[in-house]
Formats: sequence, C-alpha cells, structure tokens
Amino acid sequence: MSATPLLSITGLTASVDEKTILHGIDLDVAAGETHVLMGPNGAGKSTMGHVIMGDPVYTVNEGTITFDGQDITDLSPDKRSRAGLFLSFQAPVEIPGVPLSSFLRASIAGRPGLEMKGKEFRRRVKELAAELDMDTAYLNRELGVGFSGGEKKKVEMLQLLLLQPKLAILDETDSGLDVDALGVVSRGMDAYRRSTDGSLVIITHNTRILEHLEVDRVHVMVNGRIVREDDASLIPWIDANGFDSFEREAAEQLAAGESR
Amino acid sequence: MAKNRTEVADIDRSLYDFSYGEEGFERLDAGLTPDIVREISERKNEPAWMLERRLKSLEIYHNTPNPTWGPGIDGLDMDHIVTYVKPNTDQKADWDSVPDDIKNTFERLGIPEAERSYLAGVGAQYDSELVYHNMQDTASKMGIVYSGIEEALHEPKWEALIREKFMTLIPPTDHKFAALHGAVWSGGSFVYVPKGVKLDFPLQSYFRLNAAGAGQFEHTLIIVEDDADLHFIEGCSAPKYNVANLHAGAVELFVGKRAHLRYSTIENWSKNMYNLNTKRARCEEEGEIEWISGSFGSHVGYLYPMSVLAGRKSRSSFTGITFAGAGQNLDTGCKVVLGAPDTTATVETKSISKGGGISTFRSSIVATPAAEGSAASVSCQSLMLDDISRSDTIPAMDIRAKNVDIGHEATIGRIGDDKVFYLMSRGMSEEEARTMIVNGFANPVSKELPLEYAVEMNNLIKLEMEGAIG
Repeated sequence: MSATPLLSITGLTASVDEKTILHGIDLDVAAGETHVLMGPNGAGKSTMGHVIMGDPVYTVNEGTITFDGQDITDLSPDKRSRAGLFLSFQAPVEIPGVPLSSFLRASIAGRPGLEMKGKEFRRRVKELAAELDMDTAYLNRELGVGFSGGEKKKVEMLQLLLLQPKLAILDETDSGLDVDALGVVSRGMDAYRRSTDGSLVIITHNTRILEHLEVDRVHVMVNGRIVREDDASLIPWIDANGFDSFEREAAEQLAAGESR
Repeated sequence: MAKNRTEVADIDRSLYDFSYGEEGFERLDAGLTPDIVREISERKNEPAWMLERRLKSLEIYHNTPNPTWGPGIDGLDMDHIVTYVKPNTDQKADWDSVPDDIKNTFERLGIPEAERSYLAGVGAQYDSELVYHNMQDTASKMGIVYSGIEEALHEPKWEALIREKFMTLIPPTDHKFAALHGAVWSGGSFVYVPKGVKLDFPLQSYFRLNAAGAGQFEHTLIIVEDDADLHFIEGCSAPKYNVANLHAGAVELFVGKRAHLRYSTIENWSKNMYNLNTKRARCEEEGEIEWISGSFGSHVGYLYPMSVLAGRKSRSSFTGITFAGAGQNLDTGCKVVLGAPDTTATVETKSISKGGGISTFRSSIVATPAAEGSAASVSCQSLMLDDISRSDTIPAMDIRAKNVDIGHEATIGRIGDDKVFYLMSRGMSEEEARTMIVNGFANPVSKELPLEYAVEMNNLIKLEMEGAIG
C-alpha cells in the first residue's frame, strides 16, 4: 500500500435517528486498488457507502474521511462527486419527467475534462451504451421510471464509465441480477479499471462478481465494525464458510465486553 | 449540507418587472359608468348591437355580487382600474414600423424570435389595442382568417358571425367578471378556420399589460368549422405595479364536427395581478378540444377552462400546471360538461406551491342525462416545496346519466430527500437537483408545448427555484 492512500477513513462513527450504525471504522484505499467490503445483511455496508458519499440522512459523530488529500467529512455530496468520488446505488432512484440523457448531460456539466459538446456527448454515451448492451432508446426514457433492476444497474455502470471517478463505491451492484446482467456489470468494472486505473470499493455478499477481478484487500463487516481484513484468499474461504464464524466471534466479543 | 433544506427563497422577478413610460397614451377616467362604456364603444366605432350588449353587461355587473367561494379579491379596487388605454399606434403590418418602446418590451419577451420563425404570425396586444399583427401567407391562402376581433367586427361578413357567437358561451350572467368583460372588453383575436382546413403550424398571440392600473379585457373568439384543425397559442406576461391590476379576459372556442382545436397558454402575470379569466369551448359531434395551460405569477388567480361536450363522441383533454409562490393564491382547474352520449374527457394537472403559496385545484365534471356511455378521468398531482405552503384539491362531480365511467385521483407529495441526494452525488448542487426534479414534475405539460415555449416554461421554473437554500 502506498504511503498516502487515496481514501482514508479514521475512527468513523455514524448514526441515523440517534441510532449508531458505524462504530469506529478505519479503512484506507490506495489509488488503483480494488477493495471488497463483505458481511451479512444489516452489517452497515451500505451505510458506509452512503456516509462516504455524504448522504445527509446520516450524521457523522466522530472520525474523519480524507479523499485525495482533502478532508471531505463535512463536504456536500456534489463537492465529493466533483472531487472524484462515485457511489453506484443499490437502489437507484426514479426521477419522473427527466430523460436519462438530460440527467447524464447535467452530471458532466462544468467538470473539467468531462464536459462535452452535444454531438460528442451523444456519441460517447452511445458508445458506452453499446459496451453495456444497453438499448440506446433508454437514453430518451425518464430516469429510472419503469426500468428493471438490471437496467437500473446498467445505468449506474454507464455513469461510472462516463464520470471516470478516481474512486468508485459499488453498493451491491450485483444483487438481483441474472447471469447476463452480471456479465455486463463485470465488463463495466473491467472497462473502468482499464480506462482510468481508478480505485474500487465493492460492497457485496456474493463472491461471484469477484471471480474475474484482481482484489487487493477484503474487509469483513459485522454489526457496524470491521472484524477481519485480509488479501483475496479470504474470498474463497467466505464462499465456503459464510459469515457465521465472524458473527459468532462478534457476538462473543460483545458478550465479553458486556460481562467485563 | 443542512438537514432542513426545503426552504426556497422567493425569486427576483425583475426580469419580468419592467415597463416603459405612458407618454402619448390616452387614458379614460377611472371607475365604471354607462358613459365610459359608451365612450369605449364610440371610439371603437362599433355597431349599435355591441353597445347595447355592453350596457346590458354593465347593468349585470353592477347587480352581481363578488364570488364568495374562492381566494379573496378584496384588494381589487375597481375605481382604480382604468379600463381602456389606447396605445399610441395603430395596427402595424411589419415589425420595423412598431414604435421602439413597444418593440423593446416585446424583445425582452422574445417575441421577434417567434415572429421570425416558421410560425404563422404574431398578434401581439399591447395594452388594449392590437398594435402588431402579421399573418403568414400560407394561413390566409388557406382561407383562414386571423385578425383583431375589433377589426373583424368592421367586416360585414364577420360582424354577422361575431354577433351570432359573441358571449354566447360565456354569457355576462355567468359571473361578475364575465359581466365586467362584456361591458368593457377591448382587443383580442378572431380566428376563423373554414371547413376541412387543417393548419399544420400553430397560430400565436402574445399580450401583456403595460399601463399602471389598466385592466386587460381582451376577447378571443375562435371558430373551427367541421373537419378543420387548428393549434392556437396564447402567451402573456406582465410587468409589476403597485396598484392592483386586473385581467378579466374571455376566450370562446367553437369546435365543429370532427374538428380539432388545441389551445395552449402560458400565463406569467406579475405578482400583484388579479387574473379572473374565463375560457370556454364547445365541441360538436366527434369534435375535440385540447387545453394546455401553464399558470405562473399573479397574486390571485381564478382559472377554470371549461369544455362543453355538446355533440356525440366529442372529446376534451386538459393538461395544466400551476406554480404558486410567496403571496400567491391560485385557484385553478377545469370544468367539463358531458352533454351528449359517448363523450370522453381527461383532466391531468400538476400544481407546485412554495414559500407560503396556496394552490387549489378545483374541478367540476357534470354528466347530463344525455351523457350515457361517457367517460371522464381527473388526476391531480401536487408538489409542496416546503412546510408553509398549501395545496388543496376540490373535485366536484355531478352525475345524472346512466352508464358513465368517472374517476378521480389526487396525490400530494414532497421532493424526496433520496432523490436530491442521488442527483447531488452526481455533481449537481442542491438547487440544481431540486430544479431538475421540479422540471421533471412539470414535464407532462412542457412536452405538450412547442419547443420554444417549453424552454420558456423550464426557464420560468428555474427562476422560481432560484435563491438561497436553508
């Protein structure tokens, strides 16, 4: 790992409605690395992604988030996005009446190196759509409205490739997808890594998406804490054994803590 | 980012709040008497029957109470409404000869662009007179008449037709401001589309108020004969004044058998305006009226375009949007009378309120005993941008026929914080995110408008959304 990580999270505690979800998270991701965040449902993985992106639903109680040399803990989401962060949503929203292409155009507006003229923009978006097996007719449809789960995820991947962030968090991008759609998502991740050498934080509880990926680091999260970190060899182990042992350990530690 | 961020500050409407001097303009004494009405009629050199109707309307006006059911109109002081201000120019056939100050006003509203475009022609009403009127050759060659209604009244051929139709759809007995209109109406458009003639580009008219205290009482009369087709666009905005301003126009639309008329409006009145406008269409057998209506600005608005489906299988559709900001009380909606068998009507409206603005959707669907086999559906979606604004829905239905299918749905919502977060995570500022969501909400209306009007409406929404976010 390089000396100054691209993303550095220190002692991060975050809550929603007075309920603490994340407990003192530490996490470093260097430029160009691929990290995987795994754990059972309700562990706080998605919360982690949203807090890094600045979702105002969550309150950061303690800790700092540093990105590309800048403390972003109190920055609004748009400024984080413009700094080079990206979050692929597990459940992308629907914005009725706003064509996908208009939304995409607005997302690159005013970004140095990304803003394009109309013709160039249309060509670029068509290229990306083809790469992701997306019908270009979607570009004229209302953002997310009537899109299937797979289509919504493709649109997220399209944005990833269009915005070329320095670091992308993919929140369960693989969940609920059929084999074909999974292939498309894998291709999208490959294309992103090839074209930008950007960093990836992949949130998942499914190891299939990781099969063709070079993973640098795996973090296991249980009850809002990171309980285990290791290299890619942890993936097949989890595949075989699940999260039961981590959950048991966490419960035992909690019990031990309470009895002390 | 602040948690409590639904507050959107009121916009600076200075872009629309400009006016030019009234030098050289004639004004009549404020206040309404039979003498004033006679003077108006005399100056217009009208036929005697029109003066009689004006005087009769004035009498009805004086004997009719103000409405007691809608937003308050106490701020309206009739003694200070000058009913007629004659611009210092007569009808002009080409743009170059229009006086500069009037031209400046129009240019700031973008009218020359419309004029230069493929569109039919611009009948722009400046105060109460039609100062500029130009009709594209194609339309007149097709036999379509598009002129000022006062001008048409001087042509014997059209005088008879106007006499037959004028204020029969909106009689002066309808309500107090219809009576007022009947007494002092001035200016407006007359369109006649002969049988079977289909115009494939829209006719446009702009008008606006300029003189302080001046009322605007334009009358629009459109007759689309059997099997004919027309799209008419009316757009207007007004500068701001300190005294109460009144707009009490009337629009009467006659749609023949199997004929089709689309009537599109964007109204953007200054925020001291009382907009008490009346619009009505009558459809004969298999005739169709389509209303597209965007209501912005004005202090108080009463606006309910009405369709009378008089012929079998006639149709009406209404698509409208209302945006009520601080200090605005807009009572808008649609009325439909299903008056024949197998008629159909759809009403789809959107309303947005912010900054304490009040938006009330009011609809009335009446199925007469003759309406067997008819269907109507009413849908109203409201978006409230903060906690101090108000949105109400008042749908009325009066069903007196068997075998009719009538449905109503209403939803009231807010902008979801998850949507704002999503858009912000893609680099948009909070204001840009909210504006995009509101424009999307308005899209079903703007997509029905020609591109330049859709752009204008999106810009209006953007203006309304500008300002500090808490």
